[in-house]
Amino acid sequence: MTTTRVPDSAAEQEAVAAALSDRARAERRLGWWLAGPAFVVMLLVTAYPIVQAFYDSLFQFRLTDPDAREFNWLGNYWVVLTDSVWWQAVGVTVLITAITVAVEAVLGFALALVMHRALRTLRPVLRTAILVPYAIITVVSAFAWFYAFDISTGFVNSWFDWLPGIGADTNWFGEFSTSVTVIIASEIWKTTPFISLLLLAGLAQVPEDLQEAAKVDGATWWQRMYKVTIPNMKAAIMVALLFRTLDAFRIFDNVFIMTQGSNNTEVVSFLAYRQTISRLEIGLGSAVSVLLFLCVVLISFTFIKLFKVDLASARGER
Amino acid sequence: MGRRSATLAVASLMVLGLAACGGGDDGPPTLTWYINPDDGGQAELAARCTDSADGAYRIETSLLPREASAQREQLARRLAANDSSIDLISLDPPFIPEFAEAGFLAEIPDDVADAVTENVVQGAIDGATWKDELVTVPFWANTQLLWYRKSVAEAAGLDPENEPVTWQQIIDAAAQQDKYLGVQGIRAEALTVWINALVASAGGEIITNPEADVADVQLGLESEAGQQAAEIIGTIGREGLGGPGFANEDENASMLLFQGDQGSFMVNWPFVWAATLAGVEAGNLDSGLVDDIGWAMYPSVAEGEEARPPYGGINLGIGAFGDHVDEALDAAQCIVSVENQAFYMVTNGNPASNTEAYDDPEVQKAFPMADLIRESLEQAGPRPQTPYYNEVSTGLQNTWHPPSSVQPDSTPEAATTLITEVLKGERLL
Repeated sequence: MTTTRVPDSAAEQEAVAAALSDRARAERRLGWWLAGPAFVVMLLVTAYPIVQAFYDSLFQFRLTDPDAREFNWLGNYWVVLTDSVWWQAVGVTVLITAITVAVEAVLGFALALVMHRALRTLRPVLRTAILVPYAIITVVSAFAWFYAFDISTGFVNSWFDWLPGIGADTNWFGEFSTSVTVIIASEIWKTTPFISLLLLAGLAQVPEDLQEAAKVDGATWWQRMYKVTIPNMKAAIMVALLFRTLDAFRIFDNVFIMTQGSNNTEVVSFLAYRQTISRLEIGLGSAVSVLLFLCVVLISFTFIKLFKVDLASARGER
Repeated sequence: MGRRSATLAVASLMVLGLAACGGGDDGPPTLTWYINPDDGGQAELAARCTDSADGAYRIETSLLPREASAQREQLARRLAANDSSIDLISLDPPFIPEFAEAGFLAEIPDDVADAVTENVVQGAIDGATWKDELVTVPFWANTQLLWYRKSVAEAAGLDPENEPVTWQQIIDAAAQQDKYLGVQGIRAEALTVWINALVASAGGEIITNPEADVADVQLGLESEAGQQAAEIIGTIGREGLGGPGFANEDENASMLLFQGDQGSFMVNWPFVWAATLAGVEAGNLDSGLVDDIGWAMYPSVAEGEEARPPYGGINLGIGAFGDHVDEALDAAQCIVSVENQAFYMVTNGNPASNTEAYDDPEVQKAFPMADLIRESLEQAGPRPQTPYYNEVSTGLQNTWHPPSSVQPDSTPEAATTLITEVLKGERLL
């Protein structure tokens, strides 16, 4: 929107800088006024529950027996971290996260390219079609996938019985490998549109001039992809991966609907749910939740520090 | 015109809303009855008892989630916060000790207790009792029967109706004729129901001292009874007798399997009878199927020994924090009257806990097996009664699933270790 003009003289240059800093200050103040209320609300609805959960996690506390509540130091964390159930859940969660994010990145990129290159008349229809799965509530999509694969109501077995390993008797939710396959497939189907939307925004930022220049220099499609497109949208890619990793690590709905954690498909958020909501063990459940929160913080930190994700530049602010 | 009439509409709505709020104080008290989903029977009972209260109170129903575990979660959260809007609760029996121990249930006076247990089947009274006190009002009581295909039983030389059969006999019959057994192998409450019935039928108990302090709870699984139960479940799982979907087969899936070509024997609640008749009427099932279905007492573990069939159903709890406890006690007595139980059984298919309801001609007509249900209820064994039922049940489901992995030598031991450690707060679940 703003056009830059090369200042003519040194004096003019100084004046522009001063004016800008005045304007920048005003903008900054306005920014605080605009963001301030939201910031306060965020503190109330996120910081307060996090602090409360941490406080609760230090107690042995069962909701149906509040009188027996006692301070337990870090005892709950010790119970969680020395239990194989926790590490098993972490392993399954990491497996699901790694596979879904990797597959979604590739698929999402392909879809973003299709959307980017589609004819102008086709574009709105295409974008809508690709976004439909993302618009569906996760619980609903989990039920749809569950019923499709379920041995008594599903159609998958009869449609695909020509494939090796699939027959009328295939019980998808009978063992770990098949259950986790369906969970992952459903997760990919549901959230690939999200990643492709973020990547589309990145693609739109790649300057057309660079592409043209590369074309003039005789670069092939692959060369342009690797040397021009991808390096120029690195920030968008990393942000998309970060958001999806954080999302995937907190997977809950699919597991809850499809297997209820049977066949070792228990994930970390389901573990927290089971302790807090089913067992009503507020202390132990809060400890699991706090550990899940720390995992998520660790993932964000790793992405931002290690891969140098710059959230601001991805939004086109710098 | 548009804006003014809209303003008027909003204003009048607000006035109406205020009026509705203010009205609560004057009229008769409104009791809120938290009900589990059914076919509209409890709502009808609420209306009937509102009428017969003659202005003393009104009963409104409020719907709980479909799953029993989700019902418990919602009620426990509300009651832990002293929710005074809960006057009457339709409560699944396994959760009664937990609610009673936490002080969520109002006390039931002795005269009321005597009145509501008269002519009630023993299984339902046991399920409504905690620490020798009646803490809920028995409402309807459920039990599982053995359902069998007459053609299959005949081919195997069995006559379950007159001679009680054992698990070994039906396992052999299904294996020889290449048929499937309708049993519930899903990792859910249905599996606990099955394990408990097997252990109890073999003369054992899952918890031997249910009223003990949580750290001292003793499990009775590492016993001959526990091993026999594991043997039966493991055999059915390993030999594929539960059908291809056994590891996630619930009551409904068992019924579908039983109705199919490879159906043979099934243990299930009486709802399957009405559901099968409805299926035939809708043309989804062959009309010959109904004549081929027989029913008998739940199979026993050892020959000559009586089975302890599963016990389920719903009892009425009185919310401890409600403002109208006396009215709620009155209402509960009205809801569980013999006529109302018979009505509920005929219209919603849920068996009465009061034996007199079974003499109702309508009940006898709708349930040809009504006498067997009453007999089965008298014999039924409740699931372990403990305030930590959720831990015990989930611990069992975690260790006894998938059914093909269940081994008599190791599974009862693994379950005992896990549940004991969980109860001591040393493990996650």
